Amino acid sequence: MLGLQNHYYCINIRPVTTLEQEKLLLEGLAQERKESIERIYREHYSMVKSLVINNNGSSDDAADIFQETMIVLFEKAKSGEFELHCQLKTFIYSVSRRLWLKKLQQSNRFISQNDMLEESIPVDDDVEHHEKKQNDFNLMEAAMAKVGEPCKSLLEAYYIQKKPMQQIASDFGYTNADNAKTQKYKCLVRLKKLFFAQYKFSE
Amino acid sequence: MEDSLLMDAVERFVKGEMSAQEKIYFEDLRKNNPELDQTVVEQIFFYNELEKYSDRKNFTVALHEVETKLSEEGIISRNLPKGKGKLIQLWARSKRTIAVAASIAGVVSLFIAGLVSSVAKQNPTNIKPLVEKLNQQESKTRQIESKLSKLEAGVNAPVVKPRLDAKFRATGFMIDAVNNYIVTNAHVIDQAKHKLIIENNKGEQFSAHSVYVNPQMDLAIIKVDDYDFPKMASLPYTIKKSNAELGEQVFMLGFPKQEVVYGEGYISARNGYQMDTIFCQLSTSANEGNSGSPVINKNGELVGVINSLETNADGVVFAIKAVNITRAIAEVKKIKGNENIAFKGSNVLKGNDRVNQIKKLQDYVFMIKGN
Repeated sequence: MLGLQNHYYCINIRPVTTLEQEKLLLEGLAQERKESIERIYREHYSMVKSLVINNNGSSDDAADIFQETMIVLFEKAKSGEFELHCQLKTFIYSVSRRLWLKKLQQSNRFISQNDMLEESIPVDDDVEHHEKKQNDFNLMEAAMAKVGEPCKSLLEAYYIQKKPMQQIASDFGYTNADNAKTQKYKCLVRLKKLFFAQYKFSE
Repeated sequence: MEDSLLMDAVERFVKGEMSAQEKIYFEDLRKNNPELDQTVVEQIFFYNELEKYSDRKNFTVALHEVETKLSEEGIISRNLPKGKGKLIQLWARSKRTIAVAASIAGVVSLFIAGLVSSVAKQNPTNIKPLVEKLNQQESKTRQIESKLSKLEAGVNAPVVKPRLDAKFRATGFMIDAVNNYIVTNAHVIDQAKHKLIIENNKGEQFSAHSVYVNPQMDLAIIKVDDYDFPKMASLPYTIKKSNAELGEQVFMLGFPKQEVVYGEGYISARNGYQMDTIFCQLSTSANEGNSGSPVINKNGELVGVINSLETNADGVVFAIKAVNITRAIAEVKKIKGNENIAFKGSNVLKGNDRVNQIKKLQDYVFMIKGN
């Protein structure tokens, strides 16, 4: 018998709850998935844009602020301990607002009093944490810039693009993977020295 | 040189690539040599910093790609690249209206959902939806298949997408080949509690998400959001403006099994189960997995979407009338971020024999899977 007990219509309007959906979205973000990034942009960009534009900002500022907010969100998602205690929308709005306030203060401009278009939560810790991470990132970026070629490309191929050693060897013209690997470690030692020289200095 | 040897050891240690024996030796070495231990700690710290840098770098690349795509669509505007002033202004002016419309749509659909669920609960019927539940055995086979395909792809393949361990299979078809929207049944999407994907006739899977679910019409519209999804040529069919005629010959393509299956039939009644005017009745055979199949007439016009069959009669199948697709598209247009949806098809099927019609059509029909 073909199941008579089956209901004909579906009962729920949504396949998954908003909370579950947002959790999945953050997981996707942690895995650097473009689909997840795109969805967050589509759903929340206009909100951040209104916030910035209604408060002395341009559309370029809005794009920058949203990008930085996405990085904050990515870092949080990546840390794994991120639990959304509020709607994703609220978090995004709060972080963007905090970042924009900072930027305005730096340029001696101020936000208007009635900027609260949306509910906002305190995110000072998150933003501060992000600044520290941004600093680390900049240090590594600077070290990478100083390490010189072919080291830079070699390290990027292995550590960022995650290419297998075999392929790197043939791309860079090493006779075998072992030689490429030795070269890579030499470069890594150099990068490490450059990184720590700055890092200790800035601590 | 010694430093780089140590670096290799640390890297393998952090990645968990050391053998048990090697690990014991390494840890022993650290314990007995504080100076070395200090260096190792430093190395691990550095290695983690490098990992974070790499993740962040990759994320930024992805972020920029998305930004570029959305800039082209006019959703993000930067002054530096080519100006798209008009479009943006238009959007800025209408966004408030759109937001209001979207929230109204949300409230209304919630209300309808509530209504339907209360009615549906009291009203068990003898019709059944045609989604196929995939059993454990099949999913095992699929896992093995996916492992094999990974092996075939070889070690050098950069990223092999994990195949979805699907719990159900149904059918859907393209209604917007520019923005990649696919229509299927609401009861199909309802099965996707976690993940939703589409699969083409080559077995390639692409991720998708639901944009619109209307249980009353049993229609859902999903969007393929996978960056690997290839660009498609424009739709080879149109939507029939009027209702299908009684006795009109129709055919359908669907996935009652892991490959596309052709079926034929005719319109046997103008309305659906218990005279429901959203649906029409077909005389044909359909099976589990056929939910969401397009019903097409000999002129290549879309006349319906298969959704269920009557269980106590033979060959009585119901389809949602195609006009409802147009209605659903109009509603999706009101949802933020989906303003661009449009059914743009030209009928290139007319006058072809059936074999050629199917050839042109089959690329636009997909398996809908999920878990």
